Amino acid sequence: MTIANPRNGRTLRGRAVIGGVGETQYYKHGKSPVSESKLALDAIRAACADAGIKPERIDGFASYSTDRNTPILLSAALNCEELRFANLVWGGGGGGGSGAVANAAMAVASGSADCVAVYRGLAQGQFGRFGAGSASPTVSGEYAFTHPYGLLSAAQTFAMKFQRWVWENDGAGMAAQKAVAMASYHHAQNNPGAVMHGRPLTSEKYDQSRWIVEPWRLYDCCQENDGAAAVLVMSPELALECGNNNAPYILGAAQGSSRRYAVPAHNAPDYASSNFHDVSRRLWEMSGLTPGDVDVIQSYENFTGGVVMSLVEHGFCKPEEVDDVLTLENLTVPGRLPINTSGGNLAECYMHGFELIVEAVRQLRGESPNQVPDAKVAFVSSGPMVAPVSNLLLGREEALA
Amino acid sequence: MNNNNHNMTSEPYLPEGLPRPVPRNDDLDEPYWSALKEHRLLVQKCDDCGTFQWGPEWICHHCLTDSVSWVDLDARGTIYSWERVWHPVSPALASATPYVIVLVDMVGAPGVRMIGNLLGDPTCEVQIGAEVVGVFEDHDEFTLLQFATETQR
Repeated sequence: MTIANPRNGRTLRGRAVIGGVGETQYYKHGKSPVSESKLALDAIRAACADAGIKPERIDGFASYSTDRNTPILLSAALNCEELRFANLVWGGGGGGGSGAVANAAMAVASGSADCVAVYRGLAQGQFGRFGAGSASPTVSGEYAFTHPYGLLSAAQTFAMKFQRWVWENDGAGMAAQKAVAMASYHHAQNNPGAVMHGRPLTSEKYDQSRWIVEPWRLYDCCQENDGAAAVLVMSPELALECGNNNAPYILGAAQGSSRRYAVPAHNAPDYASSNFHDVSRRLWEMSGLTPGDVDVIQSYENFTGGVVMSLVEHGFCKPEEVDDVLTLENLTVPGRLPINTSGGNLAECYMHGFELIVEAVRQLRGESPNQVPDAKVAFVSSGPMVAPVSNLLLGREEALA
Repeated sequence: MNNNNHNMTSEPYLPEGLPRPVPRNDDLDEPYWSALKEHRLLVQKCDDCGTFQWGPEWICHHCLTDSVSWVDLDARGTIYSWERVWHPVSPALASATPYVIVLVDMVGAPGVRMIGNLLGDPTCEVQIGAEVVGVFEDHDEFTLLQFATETQR
């Protein structure tokens, strides 16, 4: 017997909206003039101003990775009437960004909270960086199997996944990953807020850039930045009460991992993967949409090869087609698969992918620096090649019809 | 099975100064690190269902029993993936780039992959699928498993 809907109608689709978005100025790594906590407060206050709601009405907070700005401190600093929901997606990278939005939507849909701030604040110069190696004299556990071999950084941790993927696909992917890098830089040139605005990337400059770790060059790797970004997740009714009649709906969301992807020491069974094989299927199931329904893509670039694998695993492209389909022309507005239209992690700001969620909202409100005409559905993926990963589909109200 | 036929290195592949591997506080992986000092390679295998697993875990991931034992493994395999590092992220490696890291599909232990450096010329062409053999690299307080192709031994 086939069960048409194994979840018996349980869904987040249409149950919550993003009522407001906020960002600080984005800075190069270590250049923020204020503390990380202040950055987070600034982004959340900006999101409240955008939504037309007083910060004291925020009753939930959700974030991911290792955000140091806890809901307890934020709710006190913002003088919130009551804290009803405090949540963090586990995982050390940006894989939980979309998942944090989904968790906020779950809190709203279940009646546990009314207005949840989802945020990421980063001043890595003040606290240490993802990309730097350990300075400890000893290492144990999982890292004992990698660090003594000079396998220390995120780039080094993920490069072998894409190297294997390229081999399994007869050499495909190198041109596609270059196009991903160039698309982000291309879009950043129209975004005055992008850290790489005014610093275009040419084909020659990419080809001549140094290897960080083969198969990735300098421009295949994300920046490290300071700043903060936030969105407010609320019920459609509350958004209307605040006067927002164009707040994007959550159409679908998924988070998690395929079986044993997180086995230590590079022993994941599905190794040459971005870890979206199962998480992507659940996104399409919940939303009832297909890749062909998506107008604009925001795909987390920690490293460009991860974007190539993620787009394939979400069904935007077949593996054997990546170098023909994922071209600069197709990946940039007005191409057929526009990605990372504010510049993304590579060229706008590495806000651990949260700037991608803000940009997805801008696209659906018609406010992007690289606007896709009449964008109705926006796709976001967070953190390829880590566990957990997550994704999100946002859409204008008409996409629910 | 003691793999004394495998080479020992005289000079470490990477300079000293990287973090020194030590067993976990709970000693889950202590047998692995102790055996390496004796130039033996151990991995985990389930007594009940015969499934190999790596890295170390508390229970068999296949049949979920506690019957996980450490067994000797021939230090041989094929290159499953690789990378060549050009940008050093540790000061200890500032003058050590490029260097090559390989992920090796181990013969005799289905599903088990091990990480090492590929000894020899760091600018060499690396082939996925190429056969490699283990090499025990002794340091003052620990031993690392490294890999070399037949021609590099």
